[in-house]
Amino acid sequence: MSITYLEAIREAQYEALRKDPSVFLYGQDIATFGGAFKATKSLSKEFPNRVFDAPISEDAMVGMAVGAAVEGARPIIEMQFADFSSVGFNQIVNQAATLYWRTNVPCPITIRMPSGGTAGSGPFHSQSMEAIYAHYPGLVIVTPATVEDAYWMLLDSVQLDDPVIYCEHKFLYYHLKADQIGERGLPIGKARIARPGRHATIVTYSAMVHEALRAAEELQLDGYSIEVVDLRSVKPMDTDTILASVARTGRLLALGEAFPWGGVTAEIIARVTTEGFHLLDAPPMRLNSKDTPIPYHPNLWKSHRPTTSTIAGALRRLLWY
Amino acid sequence: MALAPSINCAETDLTVDFRDQFLLTYQHMLLARVLEDKLGSLYRAGGRIVGGVYIGKGQEAFSAALGVQLRKGSDIYGPLIRDQAGRIAYGEPILDCVRTYLGTITGPMRGRDGNIHRGRPKEGLLAMISHLGSLLSVVAGGLFARRQAGTLGDSIGATSIGDGGTSTGAFHEGLNMAAVEKLPIIVSIANNQYAYSTPNTRQYACENLVDRAAGYGIEGASVDATDLASCLKAFRAAVARARSGGGPQMIVGTLLRLAGHGEHDDASYIPDKTRQGPSARDCLAVAEKFALDHGWMNSADLRDLNEEVRRNVDQTISKVSKEPAPDPFKENWQALSCADLVEGQHEA
Repeated sequence: MSITYLEAIREAQYEALRKDPSVFLYGQDIATFGGAFKATKSLSKEFPNRVFDAPISEDAMVGMAVGAAVEGARPIIEMQFADFSSVGFNQIVNQAATLYWRTNVPCPITIRMPSGGTAGSGPFHSQSMEAIYAHYPGLVIVTPATVEDAYWMLLDSVQLDDPVIYCEHKFLYYHLKADQIGERGLPIGKARIARPGRHATIVTYSAMVHEALRAAEELQLDGYSIEVVDLRSVKPMDTDTILASVARTGRLLALGEAFPWGGVTAEIIARVTTEGFHLLDAPPMRLNSKDTPIPYHPNLWKSHRPTTSTIAGALRRLLWY
Repeated sequence: MALAPSINCAETDLTVDFRDQFLLTYQHMLLARVLEDKLGSLYRAGGRIVGGVYIGKGQEAFSAALGVQLRKGSDIYGPLIRDQAGRIAYGEPILDCVRTYLGTITGPMRGRDGNIHRGRPKEGLLAMISHLGSLLSVVAGGLFARRQAGTLGDSIGATSIGDGGTSTGAFHEGLNMAAVEKLPIIVSIANNQYAYSTPNTRQYACENLVDRAAGYGIEGASVDATDLASCLKAFRAAVARARSGGGPQMIVGTLLRLAGHGEHDDASYIPDKTRQGPSARDCLAVAEKFALDHGWMNSADLRDLNEEVRRNVDQTISKVSKEPAPDPFKENWQALSCADLVEGQHEA
């Protein structure tokens, strides 16, 4: 028996619905159809009157969740693709994210965002939105990279009294499997050492954790030991764990699949250079996608995002500095 | 082509109950007018109110006629910019208004937000954001959650918007969703003919905004919003339909904003012809005459009421003026309710 990352997301929603009657699910095609990716498969049957199809109205979906949260509900909203959350952007950053600060009323909503690229998905079904939302005060942004985190961090997100942007990576949906959902891991806000090492640190999150681990394996053959830090949540960002790792290795590669301008990798570099400049033996490096929309054809797509080989190349430059 | 009815009050509507509600609503309108006049003066005098003052002069009848139908604490109300009268009618104390305009920490927004951006969501009064149309789905969501939890009962939601706000995607998405879910929500559209300075002709192309109700599959009616009696009749009927399972109700009121967009704006873009037309009637004067003509008030009542309202406003402003302003050193600067997830707490 094994369980995929996608099944873990489904199981977490099952558990959230089972445990707490104030949880309900709202999103496009998620009821009888079970969702575009089947992340809510058969949940509407198992929980009648708890899983609802929404019109194609991301703005209204999020606004609705905020109103429901004020009344004590804990809605989980499924964006069919993270890319479409741009239509609900205003409700997320202005309505949901400001509610507690303005009115002292918490806003416990979870917005699931199927994120990141897969071959053939093209410019509008591949985006990573975590940096956009992390920019706004009042939101928690989680980016699970493992089956265990996909499960437990979704349950934790639903229980949090603040709006959570839950970025689930589509590339991991079917590729990533575990024998079982493990024990509850770290809480939201704590990074994880995915692989210990001595010569350089890669700080990354979501699907790029796995590319980083493969690149670390490759460098191992050359005798280098690479530490990989999985942020787990990009906001809050666990600066202490990042700095502790850089203190051990003296070298930093900030890695992300999102577009290169600003964003999570820039934030990592900014924090390390401002708070841990003295720890660095080499200028910190960044690796992101290219600064173009995300291409459709697999040949182009594979070159657009960081891959094991481009990460390994960046590591070699970092180590040889 | 008129798809939706236009509501007019008839002599046969004037029951004792109607009279009592009319007089109560008139008092709310008068209080809103006097309060907003005062806020405008304070703003123009400078120093006391920062940002701006956004008043509902000319829209009091339409706004209060809805607010007075709602049950505070059980109905969800999402007022917008020009709803001071509706807020008073719903039961928001004018202390909340003055405290928010002056930004004191005693108010519901504690200096974090100002002027018309205020509310007490847990008590059913939502705090609008500035993005027009976006409140509709929030009100709908509250009703949806109650229905799902089995606590809806005969409670309803209500929200307001202007002609300009109906052009937003959020308005369309929210109203369509509310209609799909057949939620008991009143959507009141004050067509004051100008969105800031932009006239109706640059805002929409249908003949009358109420014609859109049919497109959403909901009931709609229009009303002369300068006439309190007609407004009360329209909202009483709409609220009764919503409470008894009739789904969303759209009421479009035709009027003219008798002020600028804010007190900084002289509204010089409104032509004289419009200013002298029927939509420019002052609803407060119309209601006053109606009550006097029907013998529901006399001039002595009116004088006493005016004195009482002015005293109330002056005392409230005087009280709030002595209340403390927010202190940046005491502010916790936390946008999350989960304090352990707030970043940067260790920084200097």
